[in-house]
Amino acid sequence: MVKALHELKTADYRVDAFDVARIRRDFPILHQRVHGKPLVYLDNAATTQKPQAVIDAVGRYYSTDNANVHRGVHLLSQRATDAYEGARVTVQNFINAAESCEVIYVRGTTEAINLVAQTYGRKSVGAGDEIVITAMDHHSNIVPWQMLCDEKGAKLRVAPINDAGELLLDEYERLLTPKTKLVAIPHVSNALGTVNPVKRLVELAHARGVPVLVDGAQAAPHLKIDVQDLNCDFYAFSSHKVFGPTGFGVLYGKKALLEKMPPYQGGGDMILSVSFEKTVYNALPYKFEAGTPHIAGAVGLAQAIHYLLGVGFDAIMGYEAGLLAYATETIAALPGVKIIGTAKEKAGVISFVMDNAHAHDVGTILDQEGVAIRTGHHCAMPLMKRFGVPATARASLALYNTKEEIDTLAAAILKVREVFG
Amino acid sequence: MSDLRDLYQETILDHNKRPRNFKKLENANRSADGYNPLCGDKVKVYLRVEDGRVQDLSFEGSGCAISKASASVMTESLKGKSVEEVESIFKRFRDLVMGKAEEADDLGKLVVFSGVCEFPTRVKCATLAWHALQAALQDTKEAVSTE
Repeated sequence: MVKALHELKTADYRVDAFDVARIRRDFPILHQRVHGKPLVYLDNAATTQKPQAVIDAVGRYYSTDNANVHRGVHLLSQRATDAYEGARVTVQNFINAAESCEVIYVRGTTEAINLVAQTYGRKSVGAGDEIVITAMDHHSNIVPWQMLCDEKGAKLRVAPINDAGELLLDEYERLLTPKTKLVAIPHVSNALGTVNPVKRLVELAHARGVPVLVDGAQAAPHLKIDVQDLNCDFYAFSSHKVFGPTGFGVLYGKKALLEKMPPYQGGGDMILSVSFEKTVYNALPYKFEAGTPHIAGAVGLAQAIHYLLGVGFDAIMGYEAGLLAYATETIAALPGVKIIGTAKEKAGVISFVMDNAHAHDVGTILDQEGVAIRTGHHCAMPLMKRFGVPATARASLALYNTKEEIDTLAAAILKVREVFG
Repeated sequence: MSDLRDLYQETILDHNKRPRNFKKLENANRSADGYNPLCGDKVKVYLRVEDGRVQDLSFEGSGCAISKASASVMTESLKGKSVEEVESIFKRFRDLVMGKAEEADDLGKLVVFSGVCEFPTRVKCATLAWHALQAALQDTKEAVSTE
């Protein structure tokens, strides 16, 4: 049984037991120097690095199996199709979907959300209806709904958060009305690291008959995901944030909902038959997958999932909880530094601001020390406004990061103070 | 730290901490906003232009040390210059921060930004206020963006 992150005590942390040195050996990119210093990659919320197994799987696919899927009778096409569809079952098991046809391949979380907005949304949302999101959403879980609301004359309602960066459940519940047609929430906030109580949020929405989409982009690399346990209606995540290739991702949807939805894009592979009078659409999941897909993306993602499951999510979650606690303690103790986002339940992210230095200057100085972090608004401009800061510096963790790297980060932050006083 | 000191020279740190002409110019007859969406830097540049000369200028806004210091040194450097001179200085300043300048001695205090060219991601910070200034001179009503 996995404990909630905040229940973990130091004794439960596996920092020392977890063989991070072995894990690091699997990621070739980590073993380089930048500006003459060993690379400390702490920009994992932007994108994660790839294990050799994933790099090899993509290479092997192009070297031995490459062909178009679902088309040819020839052997290569069959091998490509097997790899591509085999990956769908791997994803199904990864998120515990009931059926593999509930796994729709897309370009990434952004496209997954847009797909739902353009199909389910356009069909179900009308004038005067409302869509509920949260104050901590990424632009990709704001703008598609804003576009839909503009088109339909519907209204976007935003559930507020407290100063720690936690969703206010009462306020959220109050926003759920007979007008609410959809709830769209992040599982984990990309800018704050807050882990939302998704299961509870889904229950509250379902009690009023409202379906829920979960943006899982920042959750998938850190948490064990079980879409049936969460009981969400849609779940989206990106391959490149779970150690797989860029340009690929997944939309999970409950079969009953997906079946009722109109197709997304028209083209090949999404049809059963086409005549100039009438086209009959293909069954799930192909109804939503027009055109030749990113086959190597599916192959790479499946390999990344196998890699993660090989390490084991219990081990990953235990190690990362310890690392996050260590990083939080270390950074919070530095003079002139303030952590933004102090939720009880957090994963992977430490956003901070400094008294005398703008985040952008922090980023440049850290880079000179070999430390790669993200600075800016993190595609969450309304959230930055909520906290009254133009930007933050964000260090984001992955399973290959170490305590020593946190120490390097802390030393680099002290350099910022040396320069700026 | 030598590279960092090239970027964050004393003059830049000083202007970041105590920006000059950092206020709304009450008798301004031109102004324009500049915005860098990548880092959230915002600047508003005010000008009083008379007889083809920038008689006075100031700025307001928030941003990183490079953008703030650049705006501050800019306001000091351009007071009293003709519009043509301003445009020529801007061109040479841009060349300087992009590493294209062969000779920069005549740029005066602006030379402290020569280190920026080693940090390509910061060029936009150094030129933000200048783009706003240019928009103000051209009387553009829309905010200029670095993108």
